[in-house]
Amino acid sequence: MTSPAPAAPATQVPPMDHLTRLEQTSIHIFREAFRNFRNVCMPWSMGKDSNVLIWLARKAFAGKVPFPLLHIDTTYEFPEMYEFREWARKEHGIDLLVRVNEDAIRRGVGYATHDPVTVTHELKTLALRAALDEFKWDALITGIRRDEDPTRAKERHFSPRSAEGAWDYKDQPPEFWGQFATRAPEGGHVRVQPLLEWTELDIWEYIRREAIPIPTLYFARDGKRFRSLGCHPITHPVPSEAATIDAVIAELRETRTSERAGRAQDHHERNAMQKLRAKGFM
Amino acid sequence: MPPSPSHPSDDTQRLHVVVVGHVDHGKSTFVGRLLHDTDSLPDGKIEQVKAACAAERMDFEFAFLLDALLEEQEQNITIDTTRIFFRTRRRNYAIIDAPGHREFLKNMVTGAASASAALLLIDAQEGVMDQSRRHAVLLSMLGIRQIVVLVNKMDLVGHSEEAFRKVVAEYTAFLGSLGVEARLFIPIAARHGDNVVQRSAAMPWHKGPTVAEALDGLEHGEDLAALPLRLPVSDIYRFDHRRIIAGRVEAGVLRPSDELVFLPGGRRSAVKAFEDWPRVTRDHVPPGGSAGFSMEHQIFAERGQIAAHPDRQPRVGREFRARLFWLSKEPLLPDRPYRLRLGTQDVQAFVTRILSVTDADTLASGPAAAVPRDSVADLLIRTAAPVAFDLHHECAVTGRFVLEDAVRIAGGGIITEAREEAAKPAEGAVSRQERAARAGHGAAVVWLTGLSGSGKSTLAESVERRLFDSGKQVVRVDGDDLRAALSADLGFTPEARAESVRRAAAVAGLFADTGAIVLVTLIAPLAADRDRARKSLARHPYLEVFVDAPVEVCEGRDPKGLYAKARRGEIKEFTGISSPYERPEDPDVHIRTDQISLAESTDRVLSAIDEVVRLDKTAGSDWEV
Repeated sequence: MTSPAPAAPATQVPPMDHLTRLEQTSIHIFREAFRNFRNVCMPWSMGKDSNVLIWLARKAFAGKVPFPLLHIDTTYEFPEMYEFREWARKEHGIDLLVRVNEDAIRRGVGYATHDPVTVTHELKTLALRAALDEFKWDALITGIRRDEDPTRAKERHFSPRSAEGAWDYKDQPPEFWGQFATRAPEGGHVRVQPLLEWTELDIWEYIRREAIPIPTLYFARDGKRFRSLGCHPITHPVPSEAATIDAVIAELRETRTSERAGRAQDHHERNAMQKLRAKGFM
Repeated sequence: MPPSPSHPSDDTQRLHVVVVGHVDHGKSTFVGRLLHDTDSLPDGKIEQVKAACAAERMDFEFAFLLDALLEEQEQNITIDTTRIFFRTRRRNYAIIDAPGHREFLKNMVTGAASASAALLLIDAQEGVMDQSRRHAVLLSMLGIRQIVVLVNKMDLVGHSEEAFRKVVAEYTAFLGSLGVEARLFIPIAARHGDNVVQRSAAMPWHKGPTVAEALDGLEHGEDLAALPLRLPVSDIYRFDHRRIIAGRVEAGVLRPSDELVFLPGGRRSAVKAFEDWPRVTRDHVPPGGSAGFSMEHQIFAERGQIAAHPDRQPRVGREFRARLFWLSKEPLLPDRPYRLRLGTQDVQAFVTRILSVTDADTLASGPAAAVPRDSVADLLIRTAAPVAFDLHHECAVTGRFVLEDAVRIAGGGIITEAREEAAKPAEGAVSRQERAARAGHGAAVVWLTGLSGSGKSTLAESVERRLFDSGKQVVRVDGDDLRAALSADLGFTPEARAESVRRAAAVAGLFADTGAIVLVTLIAPLAADRDRARKSLARHPYLEVFVDAPVEVCEGRDPKGLYAKARRGEIKEFTGISSPYERPEDPDVHIRTDQISLAESTDRVLSAIDEVVRLDKTAGSDWEV
C-alpha cells in the first residue's frame, strides 16, 4: 500500500463562478447518462431550456450530440418554432425524430373542443409514451428545473419511471456524493435532468454568456413577449418591453410572478401539474 | 436585510444550507420567517396566506408560508427534500429542507450531502432530543463541518440567557463526543423573528451575529484545489479521429501537459491537450470541473480508473474498513453481494465483518449480525476487484462510496482504514521487484484476440521468438492447448466460453507472477469476458492486441479447416459465422494482418510490450496492490 506523498504547496485556483459550476455539473450529468444507459434520447421542445441542453450536450461530447433528439409535435407550435427547428437541426447537426399523436388528431382532440389538461395529455404525454414503446429508450434527458414548479422541486437528477411512465414521488431513490440512479427499472426508463439546479435567471445569463441561439418569440414585440413557450392557443405573452437578452435579464431580476404564469394547462384545475407529471408529463 | 439587485453580491457561488432538527423544534417556522425577513417571497404570498388563515379562523403562522409556497398542504406530499432559494446582500442561498417523516433520513442525506453548512434547530424548552443527536451524527459522516445551532423558541423560556447556556453546554458536550464542533450557537425566536434577520431587543445579552449574519460568514467548504488530483474517468470518446478521456476533477487541479497515472492499472502518459468545444479557453480544470482531454500516448484507460499525478497517487486495494449508514428497508448482511460505487468505479463487494452497529436513537454501539435501516455501522469491506481510493480524512471525495442493493442506492460509507490483502497469489518470499530485477524486465500479460484464422498464433510465435532471442522470459498460453487439456471439459456455449477465458486468465496470471511476459492467444469473442480477464489481471501490466482481418480473409486462410466445417454445419456456434465476435473498442494495439506484414506487426507488438515491461516503467506503485 502506498501513501500519498506530502502535500504540495497549495496552488491558488479561484473557485468556478456560479454559471460555470452549473454548466460543469450538467456536463458531468450528461456524460454519466450517456455512459450508463444503452439507449438515450433527449426530448427537445425548441424552447430556451431545450437549447441550453443542446449546447451543454455539445460541450460534454466534444461538439457532437451523440444521441437522437425527439420533438413531440402537438401541431400547435408557433410557426416561428418550426422555422427554428429546421435551422437548429442543421446548425447543431442533430439527429431529430419528430412524432405526432396522429390518432388523437384524427379523433379531433384539440384546444377548440377539449380542455388544456386533456389536450396536453393526449398530444404530449401519450405521444411520448408511444415513442418510448417504439424506440425502447432507457433514459430520457429532459430540461426541467426545480424552480419552475413546486412539484419539480422534489425531483432528482436521475429519476426512475415505471414501465407505465409513472413517477413514484413518494419513494424516490437517494441521490448523494455524485452517485445517481443509473439503472432503469424493469421495463421503465430514467429521466435525466441536467438543468434541475438552474433557475430561469441562470438560463438567461448562460444564454447571454455563451451566445446560444434561441427563438425570437422570447423577445418583446409590441409591448409583449413570451416567457415560456407551449402550444399557441394556451400560451399567452406577458407585458414586456424587453427586446434584448440584457433587457430580459434586467426584467427577470425585478419580477416576482412565476415563469409558467402564461401556461394555461397549469392553472386549469388545482394540482394540474402534479397530475400531469405523475402520469408521465415532463 | 432585503435583497437588493442594485447591490451586486460579492460571492457568485450559491451556498447550500441544510436545515435539520427534531420534529416540532420549529424548522418550518424558521424557514418561513427567514424568507419573509429577507424579502424573498413572491408578491402577494403573505397576504394570500393571511387571507386563507382568516377564512379558516386560524392564527397566521410563518410555517404556513413555507407550506403554501410548496403547495404542500393541499397536495399532501410533504415527503421529500426541497430547495428554497433566497438571497442576502452577500450572496444567493439555497435552503435544503427535508420535512420530518418516516422517509426522513434518506431525503435528509440526499439534501444534506450537497450542503456546505447546516443549521440545526433545538427547542430551548424541550432541549436536546433524539433527532438533535441523530442528525449531528449524519452531518459529521457527510463531512459537513460548518454547523450553526439555533436555539429556538427563546420566547417560551422568557428569553433567558441561562436557559440558552444550558442547551449550549449540553449540546457542546454531545458534539464533542462525535469529534464535531459547532461553529456558533444563536438564541432565536423564529416566530417573532428575533435574531433571524433582525437583532432581538428582548435578548440584548446576545452579542453574537444574527442567523443572516452568521450565514454570510460561512464558507463554501473545504478547498478541494489544495488536495491531490483525483479525476475518475467517466468515459473514453472516439467520435472522430480524436480519443478523448472524459472525467470530472473531484479534487486537485488538472493542467495541460500534466503527467497522469491511471489507477488501478498504473499506465502513465501526459495530457496532450484539452479538447473543449466550442474552443479551449481554460488553462486548468478546477475541482468540480468536467474535463475532456487527449493523451500523448495511446495508453489503456477505462471508466472507473482514477487519474492522479504520479507523485500523489491514491491507494489501490481490495479491503478496507468503513463507517457506513444504511437506508434500505432490507438490512445489510455480511457475505451478500452488493455493488460498490466509488467515483466512477463500480465493483461487486462483500461486507466481510460487521464490527459494530450504532443504534440511531440511543447511539449505543455493539456487535450485530446485520445492519438495520437508518443505522450506522463500522465494518470491513472486500471488493471483487482492486479499487483505487483514499482514506476519507485524506481526501473525502474519493474516500467515500455508496452500496447498491439490486438497482438502488442503499447506503453510503466513508473509508477509515486501508487493509492489507489477506493473500497475494504466488508472491511468497520473493517479491516482484526482485524477480523483475533478476530478469531485467517486468512481467506482463499480452492478450491476442481475434477471429479464428486472423493470425493470432502466427503473430504470437513471431513475438515469442524475438522476446526469447533478446533474453526475455516469455511464455505462451494458447487457446487450443488449453482446450486440449485444462479446459477439455468445456463446450462452446456463452457460459463455457466465459469459463474458458477465466481459466486462461488465471493461468496467464500465474505465469506472470513468476515474472514472465505471457502471450495469450484466445479468440475470447465477448467484450465482457475480456474485460473480466483484464480486471482479474490488474496486478500486472496488460495489453490487449486486436489481431484483425475481415472474416472473408480469415475464411480464405482457414488454417485448421474450421470455417469449412462451420459452413457445412458440423460446428455449431462458430465465432464469426454462427456466433458473434465483439470487436475490441479500444485495444492497446490494433493489427490488420491483411494490411501489414508479419515483421511490421511483430515490431509493433514488441514496442508496446517494451513500453510496459521496462524497469523504469514498472517500478510504479501499481505493483503494490
